[in-house]
This record gives sequence, structure tokens and C-alpha cells, in this order.
Amino acid sequence: MALIDLANPTRFLTLATRVLPWLVGLTLALFAVGLYLTFFVAPDDYQQGAVVKIMFIHVPNAWLSMFVWGVMCVAALGTLVWRHPLADVAAKAAAPIGAAFTFLALATGSLWGRPMWGTYWVWDARLTSVLVLFLMYLGIIALWRTVEDPSRAARAAAILTLVGAINIPIIKFSVDWWNTLHQPASVFRAGGSAIDKSILVPLLVMAVAFTLLFLTLHVAAMRNEILRRRIRTLRLLQARMTNAGARA
Amino acid sequence: MNLGQHASFIVAAYVIAIAVVGALVIWVIADSRTQKRMLADLESRGARRAGEREP
Repeated sequence: MALIDLANPTRFLTLATRVLPWLVGLTLALFAVGLYLTFFVAPDDYQQGAVVKIMFIHVPNAWLSMFVWGVMCVAALGTLVWRHPLADVAAKAAAPIGAAFTFLALATGSLWGRPMWGTYWVWDARLTSVLVLFLMYLGIIALWRTVEDPSRAARAAAILTLVGAINIPIIKFSVDWWNTLHQPASVFRAGGSAIDKSILVPLLVMAVAFTLLFLTLHVAAMRNEILRRRIRTLRLLQARMTNAGARA
Repeated sequence: MNLGQHASFIVAAYVIAIAVVGALVIWVIADSRTQKRMLADLESRGARRAGEREP
């Protein structure tokens, strides 16, 4: 089966039904391994102590907050260039999940910041740009709910998503461009990771687990959205038939 | 496992993460059930898309 065949909603539904149980199992297994490594294998940080354990959920959620926006950008191109309905479905299904991950990045970061920085929040470039990302997710969700016609909503949301993508490099490089309380990149950076393997491995396992969680939720939410659109189509057809019958 | 003097912050972070992920999972499952029920209800009343045949 070619990749383009998956772009057919009916084929996607069949594939999703087959793949979802495996994705759920794999996600649960990776979370079990990741949490075991986090709480029973990874040592405390020599400066932060046990508070470093917050990093194992904060960093994956921060990565995913940007990754999900990236997925929405690819879907937005699918909507605007190819006008493919499955791209609309992918973008709409990703937004609430991305918003939840961004909220978690902000909340866990705040709980990490209080004991380390002495404050829950500062209006520095990194924190503020992530807050802006969260508000943009809420804006996209509101837009989807405001416009009744899904294809019109998709085009408007796609343009807003692509315009909003300017915030992603701002988030990524904010710690280099401005003086911030937030530490600079320590995993993916020139010269290799600054984190010891004993902490890096559990962090990467948790990152893969959260990414699989996103994939699982996204496929399931896409399936729901396809069914929602079928229901809408059937209702419109029924209303047309009723109107035609009343006129006859 | 000793979470040290800042244990409350660590526990709060994990509790919030579990609550938010749990809410997402419940939302997706509940939405799936709702959509499947509504679709089955419509189809039982004879609604069909263009090109679909009666079972």
C-alpha cells in the first residue's frame, strides 16, 4: 500500500483500528520503563537534588508543544496546497492535544522554577513565548469551533497556523538571543549533550513515550473527527431529502 | 526513594501531568463512543452517504 493510499479517510479508519491497540501497548510499555528509570535508576542532580525528576516530564512536554505545532504546519500545507480533507482532520485533531502538552510544559516548568529560581513565573523570553504558543493553540481551537463549515474553518486555521509558526524558532532560540532565567539548550546543541548518560537515557525514553502518547491520541482523535464529519454529511443529506419530500 | 525537601513540587508536577493526560484519554474515548453511537443511530434510521448501499 502506497503512502498516498492512507490519505483516503476510509482506509485511514481501517488502518487506525488495526494500529491503535499496538500503539497503546507500546506507549504504556515505554512509560513503565521511563518511569522506572526516572524514579529508581536516574541519580539526583548534584545541584538540584531530586527536583531534577520534574525535568523528565517538563522537557518532553516542552518538545512536544513545538513538535505538535510542526505537525499542524505540515497539515496546514496539505490543506492549502492539496485541499485534502484528511489534512484538515489531522490539524483539527492535533490542536487540543498540543494545547494540553503546552499547558503541561508551563505548569511543570513553573513547579520546577519555584524551588530552583525562587519564583513560579518570570516574564522572560522563553516563558513568555511558550505562553504565547499556548494562547495560539487556544485561538486555533476557538477558530475551529467558531466556523461551522469544516473546509472554511480548515483554510482559516491553516493560515493562522503557518503565521504562528514564526513563534517556534523564537521559542527555540530565545535562550540564546536574550538574557533569560531559563537555562540554554543542554540536550540537542553543538558539541553534544551537556547531560550525563545516567540522566539523558531516562529523559530520552520519557520523550519517546510522550511522543508515542501523542501519536496514539492523534490517531484516535483523527478517527473521531472523520466519524464526526460523516455524521454531519448524513444529517445534511437527510435534511435535503426531508426538504425535497416536503416540496413534492 | 527520597524526594528531598522539595518533594511537594515533584509530586504536584507528576499529579498534574497524570490528571491532564488522563483527561485527554477520557476525552478521546468518550468522543469516540459518542460519534460511533450517533453514526449507528443515523444509519439505523436509513441514512446513507452517496454511493453506499443498504446492508
